[in-house]
Amino acid sequence: MSTATASEMPLSEATGSLRRSASFARFRESGIRLLLFFCAAVSILTTIGIVSVLFSNAVYDVSPQRIGADGQVKSNEAFFQQVSVTEFVTETRWTPQFSEKHFGILPLICGTLLVSGIAACIGLPIGLSSAIYLSEYAAPRTRAIIKPVLEILAGIPTVVYGYFALVFVTPYVLRPLFQDLLGMDVGVFNAASAGIVVGIMIIPMISSLSEDVLRSVPRSLREAAYALGSTRYDVSTRVVVPAALSGIIASFLLAIARALGETMAVTIAAGQTATVTADPFRSVATMTSYIVNVSLGDTEIGSIEEKSIYAVGLTLFLMTLCMNIVSQFVLRRFREVYN
Amino acid sequence: MSDQELEYAALLKRRHLVSTCFEWGCRIATVSALLFLAVLLAGVVYQAWGWLDVQFLTGFDSRRPANAGLLAGIWGTFWLILFTTIFTVPMGVGAAIYLEEYASDNRLTRLIKLNLSNLAGVPSIVYGMLGVTAFVRMFGLISAADGLIWSISLGFGTLEIPLPLGRCLLAGSFTLSLLILPVVIIASQEALRAVPPSIRHASYALGATEWQTIRHQVLPAAVPGIATGIILALSRAMGETAPLIMIGALTYLAFSPGNLNNPMEAFQDPQRVLDAPFDMFTSMPIQIFNWVGQPKAEFQNVAAAGSLVLLILLVVFNATAIVIRNRAQKRITW
Repeated sequence: MSTATASEMPLSEATGSLRRSASFARFRESGIRLLLFFCAAVSILTTIGIVSVLFSNAVYDVSPQRIGADGQVKSNEAFFQQVSVTEFVTETRWTPQFSEKHFGILPLICGTLLVSGIAACIGLPIGLSSAIYLSEYAAPRTRAIIKPVLEILAGIPTVVYGYFALVFVTPYVLRPLFQDLLGMDVGVFNAASAGIVVGIMIIPMISSLSEDVLRSVPRSLREAAYALGSTRYDVSTRVVVPAALSGIIASFLLAIARALGETMAVTIAAGQTATVTADPFRSVATMTSYIVNVSLGDTEIGSIEEKSIYAVGLTLFLMTLCMNIVSQFVLRRFREVYN
Repeated sequence: MSDQELEYAALLKRRHLVSTCFEWGCRIATVSALLFLAVLLAGVVYQAWGWLDVQFLTGFDSRRPANAGLLAGIWGTFWLILFTTIFTVPMGVGAAIYLEEYASDNRLTRLIKLNLSNLAGVPSIVYGMLGVTAFVRMFGLISAADGLIWSISLGFGTLEIPLPLGRCLLAGSFTLSLLILPVVIIASQEALRAVPPSIRHASYALGATEWQTIRHQVLPAAVPGIATGIILALSRAMGETAPLIMIGALTYLAFSPGNLNNPMEAFQDPQRVLDAPFDMFTSMPIQIFNWVGQPKAEFQNVAAAGSLVLLILLVVFNATAIVIRNRAQKRITW
């Protein structure tokens, strides 16, 4: 409302319309606030959705029957209503797709840990080293170029990484090195190639998260160390890294969580043999690749095979959730605060 | 020199040597990360050379490598990203505005924030499981056997919404939206937080309401940061494969969603646009995944060509984000 029209009106009328517009504004304000709150609540609903979907298919279904496509009543019992938790944890065979069914999660966890372990061996040292280089050594201009280039590495789709592992890493790196030179048997699908590309995939994540915390260590600490006659190595490893340790560990945990949940590269390159093995050159199935392979096939809805992916998914969800929670705890509990 | 001094000089020399070695170690690690990228890109380009042609971009998938094309995947990805953008942008920005501008620091707000950072770490395949149950089957509330179709007649065609949604494109978009929502919210929150409080105080002092302040002062200032976050999140959604496979995207499909094969057809036959969201679909990364798994060796070249198209698109997306970020940094003077 403009002042010109207000001054022409009698005072009472002007305040009346002002009050009306004010009450409309208040109404609109609270409406908008409510709308925005619902947007924020979607994230809570998502979590509830994820947990309830995993729980109702894996642990306990409240309606154990459903009507199939042909109109018949079929069993819809959750995974753990049909398979005991003891078998799930202690059995060493995972064969839901065979006629003789065994449901032991161990081979899948073993495959997942093998791939993630290899990825960690590659990604953690390279990621941390490049973070130290970017934060302690690189000139600002070098950093301005290298950082976005590393971010490209993070943006490459995981299918492309899988393709790279299958078509380049195995035949041109692993085979010449380990099969021809060292006489080991390297399969077409193997855990090592998948682990290597997942390792490359997590480098940018570690380096950018770690670099942020390294750079937030105050300059005065570095200067004090130099004044005591430290070399750059001493400053980096004895002052800066320990001061930023909580952030570095948090970035490691997040990266490992990402490696655990990585799907497509592993599905393409690691194969789908669910075995308990520590041989990196054999085909392994991970939790994620099992889920994808079941989804790709024609499994009947409500069958034990279809339910088994939810049990595997629940295990994966709990593992990554633990990593995330621990990393947040580390960040909050062990953060060094400088001012 | 005395023995002690000699010893000290040797020690100093060794310490400097260690320091230099360490510096080179870090440098080599960084270079090796860049080298991985270079080898990966060079390998893809090398394999794709001669395979990325007009036929590849305008043809549908085929059992024969020479005839295989990406068109169904290109259209599938286009529609997926279009709907994902439509759902994610208002919801993500809205949630960020609520959390940064409205929410008081109570238990509920803290829960939402904690929940967000945990959601961002949930593997994408778990979102796929949520999508199958929540969107494809709609929690089994409507039996698939009934095959209900809800028709809405618009002037130029009929919108036919199947209930439950089934393995359709829209279900894929909903799933991708939920997947990138935490990322978009967190990025938007950071952009909003970077707007200095003095801007808000000045606006309040002039008598503006909370929403007027946000709408006319805070949001415009935060737009570059928000846009960057959204574009990066969308480029992640574009390369996402696993949740779509769970939703039931087809690996081999010889038509585009809604049979819409070129933009002109949208004007000639608007009904196809209305059909597209509820049609079966595939996407670029899923086609690549399918080709990688084919036994014929030539399909590896086809997969490389597909990867190259996807990578070029992603580079365009990322470059746009970087340009927006840099221009915003130059313009803002507070």
